[in-house]
Order: sequence, then C-alpha cells, then structure tokens
Amino acid sequence: MSTPILQARGLTRAFRVRGSMFQAPKTLHAVNGVDIGVEQGQVLGVVGESGCGKSTLARMLLGLLPPSSGEVLLDGRDIHKMDRREVARRVQPVFQDPYSSLNPRRSIVGSVAFPLEVHGIGTASERRRKAIEMLERTGLPARYADNTPNQLSGGQRQRVAIARALVMNPQIVVCDEPTSALDVSVQAQILNLLLDLQRDFNLTYLFISHNLAVVEHIATQVAVMYLGRVVEYNDTAELFRQPLHPYTQALLQSVLTPEPGLGIPDIGLGLSFPDPLNPPTGCGFNPRCAWRMAQCTRVQPGLLRHGSGLVACHLYPEAEVATPRGALEAKTESSTEQQAEA
Amino acid sequence: MSAQPVLDVRHLRVDIETRNGTLHAVRDVSLQVHQGETLCIVGESGCGKSMTSLALMSLLPRAATRHTGQFLFQGEDLSRAGKRRINTLRGNKMAMIFQEPMTALNPAYTIGNQLTEVYLQHRGGSMDAARRRAINLLEKVGITSAGDRLGQYPHQLSGGLRQRVMIAMALMCDPELLIADEPSTALDVTIQAQILRLLADLQKELGLAMILITHDLGIVARIADRVAVMYAGEVIEEGRAADVFDRPNHPYTRGLIDCIPVPGRTLPGQRLGTIRGTVPSLIGEFQGCAFRDRCPHARPECAGTIPIHESASGHRWRCILEEGEGLASEGADAPALEENPA
Repeated sequence: MSTPILQARGLTRAFRVRGSMFQAPKTLHAVNGVDIGVEQGQVLGVVGESGCGKSTLARMLLGLLPPSSGEVLLDGRDIHKMDRREVARRVQPVFQDPYSSLNPRRSIVGSVAFPLEVHGIGTASERRRKAIEMLERTGLPARYADNTPNQLSGGQRQRVAIARALVMNPQIVVCDEPTSALDVSVQAQILNLLLDLQRDFNLTYLFISHNLAVVEHIATQVAVMYLGRVVEYNDTAELFRQPLHPYTQALLQSVLTPEPGLGIPDIGLGLSFPDPLNPPTGCGFNPRCAWRMAQCTRVQPGLLRHGSGLVACHLYPEAEVATPRGALEAKTESSTEQQAEA
Repeated sequence: MSAQPVLDVRHLRVDIETRNGTLHAVRDVSLQVHQGETLCIVGESGCGKSMTSLALMSLLPRAATRHTGQFLFQGEDLSRAGKRRINTLRGNKMAMIFQEPMTALNPAYTIGNQLTEVYLQHRGGSMDAARRRAINLLEKVGITSAGDRLGQYPHQLSGGLRQRVMIAMALMCDPELLIADEPSTALDVTIQAQILRLLADLQKELGLAMILITHDLGIVARIADRVAVMYAGEVIEEGRAADVFDRPNHPYTRGLIDCIPVPGRTLPGQRLGTIRGTVPSLIGEFQGCAFRDRCPHARPECAGTIPIHESASGHRWRCILEEGEGLASEGADAPALEENPA
C-alpha cells in the first residue's frame, strides 16, 4: 500500500489562555497527539464538534500554524522545514466562510490570479487567462471575472475560493467546513463540484466538517475527533456500518435524516460538556459516556487497531491484529501510558 | 385537536422599503396552528421564513410593514391591536426562542434576573414565587443545580445550556403558542439532537402550539406534524409531514429533498441532485410562479395565476402540476438538473 501523501505524527498544539487579567494563564491543548494520514487520491473526513481541534489541525496541516510538538509530513518531508512557497504550491485551503476568505476590494479574477502572481508565474495576461479558465471550471462564467465578491452569492463566492485553491494545481486541498455556511441546494452544488474536481485533477482532500451526512457522502476515510484527539478512524463505509467509539455512535445517532415518523432520537449523552481548559482525567469523553468504567476516569485510552479501523476506547482493550495499513501507525500502549502518567 | 386554531393568519404580507424599491419578503402566507401541534416552516435563506415569524410576534424591523387579511390569536383579532395589547401577550401567551442564545440573552444580567423579569412583568406576584417558578423550569429543561444557576451570567454557560435557559424563559408564563426560529442551528450536532428532543417532549407534555422555523429538512421530518415549505416569500407546499416528504408535489420541494446527502440512501461519491439557477429578486411586483426559471416542468402558463391544489388529507401545493404529475419525467431528465448552474 502506498504511503500517505500528507501525514501528521504526534501532532500537538497548545495555546496559552488567560481568562482575565488576574488569572494565571492556562494551557489549552487544542490538538493533542494526533496521528493521521491521507493517501494520494483519497478524501479523509475529519468530524467533531466545535472546540474539538479540527480547525487547529487544518491550520497545522496547511503549514499556517507551527505545532507545539510533532510534525506534519508532506511526501515524507517536514513541512515546517520546507520552503513556505513550496508548501503553498502543493497544499491549498478552502475555508468555511466565503464572505471573509475573499478580499472584498479585489476583483474575483484578481483573487484567483493572486497565487500565480505571488509565485511569479506567467505574465499578467497569462495569469488572467488561467484564472478565468479556472473560474469557468468551477462553474462561474467569465462575465463575473471583474466583479467584486459583494456582487456574488455565497455559493458563487465559494466557487471563487475553490478556483483560487486550484489555480496552482495543488496536490492536496484542505477544506475546512466548505459548505457549512451555504444553503442545502447550494451545498449540493459545491459537493458535486468538489467531487468532480477531485476526479479530474486527481486531488487529495482533507475534508473537515461537523455534518456527518456530508462526510459520509464525500470521504473515503473518516477520523472522529473529540477534545483534541482522534478517537476513531476507519474507512467511511465501515465506520458508518459499525461505529465503535460511544462518541461516534452518539454522533451517528444525532444525524437527523429526513424520514418522517422516526422522531428525535435520545442519544443518551449527559449535559456536562467538557471544558477544554480543564479536561477530564482519563478518557476525555468519560463524563458523557454511558459505558464509563473505573479505568476510564484514570487512563487515557490509546488509539488501537480494532478490525479494519482504529479506536481509542477501553471497551476495546484488545488490539486485534490486522494487516498494517501503512497510512497509520497505531500508537503503542506504552506511549499512551506515559501520557496518562504525565 | 380543538376546532379553533391557536393561531389563524390569512394573507400575511411583509413589505420592506429598500433603496431600490419595495421588497416583498412575505407574499400572501396563510398559516394555522392548533393546540398540541407542531408546524414547521422550512426554506432556504431569504425565503421569508424568519420575517414570517417576526411578523407573527409583531417584532418586525422598522423598515418593514405587515399587512394581514386576518390575524386571529385564540380567536382575538390582533391585526389592529395596539402596542399595549401586544406587550401583554408577547412573552406571556406567545413566546419565542431565537437562534443565537448568546445574543438573545442580556450579558449584563444574571440568568435569574432575566427569567424572573418575564414572570414578574406579566404575572406580578412575589420575587420568591418567580424564583421558584424559574428553578422549577430550569430543572424541567434538564439543568442541574438550578438554584445556583440563577446567579450565573450567560457567558458562564455553554451554548447548549444557554439554549435551555432560553426555552425555560419562553415557558415561564405558560404560553399557548411557542415560535422557535432555528433553535438548534448554532449548536453542535449532539447538542442539537438533545435540544430538539427536549422541545418536542415539552411541546407534547404542555400541549403547546409550536411553530418551528428551520432550513434543515432532517429536523422538519423528525419533529413536524405539519410542514409549510416556503420559497421566495410564499408557502409553495403545505401538508402533514408524511405527505410532504413521501409525496412531494411541488418541484421545489422535490428538488430540496434530492439535494441532501442521506447516509444509507444517497450513494457516497455520486452526484447529488441540485436546483439550477438562483432565487429571483423579490423587489417590485411579481407575477406567476417564482420558481419557474429554475423548474424542470416550467410551461408558459407558469407566468399566469398559479392554482392551489388540495388533496383529501389537506396536502396543498401552489403549482400547475396535478398530484404526482411530473414525477416520472423528473427521473428521466435528472441529468439536466445536475448541470452546473450558470
């Protein structure tokens, strides 16, 4: 099996947070020891609720935020030791809010051509032609080229953001909630577009979303994050067929499919949402978990192989031996115990 | 279900004066809600669903004017009611829950202050009685150590807890009608399921008439007794949830349902249905069906007066198509629907 094109190893990012002037600053571990990887041509979905660290993870994978520890490898090389421009040429972002991610004073063709300008590619007229080509490829007619973003709808702006990401022919696109700000009919258009472009340009996506139905639709693998850690990883079909972690199960149950008569499910999670500044000891999910055992409050479970996937939960203590996947190296138990002691 | 609806609104119009002319945000909407019934108003942004809810609560912005043919609340005509009369009903017999609990709660006052204020305003009585009522309701919405919570400020609570406080506040005076405008949109998916379940349970237990406004068809299918689908300021289809979801008769409703990825129903990686084109401008006078430019079944007569069809079960739709008409051909020209929009 091929090696991952983009890989995070033990990736951790801590922020110093000060509540008020008089409080001592606390450390917030937004991302905590994350090991994930995505292979060429695959779509890795990262799901989790607000504050689980998925956007911080995205910024580190884009090379926009240095990790506190751990590393991000692009084709096996640490991106924080690579030339910033080379990283930007190969890894590009699409953000959630197309209202704030585009410069309001720049024409959209200017925005799309800007990466080419930064990298000194082509003459001005060549750049403009390439940008218009890319805009048309994302479904925006050339007549919009000289408009500014405020003359476009949300869906059209997101097309501009996608065109800008693709104009450099990147290998990897990190999409951070690309459809969350859009209406459902526009969301469908953007998802169709992302899938078309992925096939046509053989792109690799890291697709971050809180919407499980969307992730199921677009992703080939899924990593579920909770409080800065990956708690489950599997092929999408397998994860949706048989979610292992109690949190993944609750997330899946919370997906309200348009089926009248089914009612609102009781997902059986408590009210206590964890404070990331004061995370619970042991497993971060234990205060809300219906299956909590004594060791859950003491020992952080490691991300262990189970069947075709990985899961960090004491309900699955035996790491089933499966064929190595190459994309991921399960954390050994010894390293997790060290973390728990520390 | 009692014979007289709690709310009976006929021919509601909301006009907004803009620099470019009069914007007809709500165009001839008629709604009835009975005791113990949940009506969901669903539609995409700009369809007039929020303006409808604000018009019902007499909370429209200054630039907007409301015209109604009839506006009966518990049999009382409110279309000409003065400010004083509205103030005695609003927050009392008709209550509202807003989307964003952080902005709907006053950050400078404690939860207890804000909860008791409503009660003292409308019911009078002692502070003690009001506090007892507040504690009682906070417990009812699932908040533990409710007595201590009264002294807390909104910023000390999580989003899910704040929305529970909003629900408790809406229930302080035993309302007959509860209007919830996107009550779970700002929340995480697991919290969203919990809040909606709480609302559904309370609605049944208290026999409330509830109008829930959302853009999420999944929520509608799971919680609604009846559904009104809005497009460009009009209700284009209305009926029991099972009828509307299982046998949608308006092409827009069908398009909307086909847009959403549903695990287990849509094929991962395959194209989703889309609705081509964009919503028409609602400024100025409008003739005929507002959806006709985007509709796969558009005919010349769509520019004329559109009939309202009604089936035996009270399922109504505003379209030239008869019941079930166009379903077969829609399957055939599905590829045309999936074209990239201009």
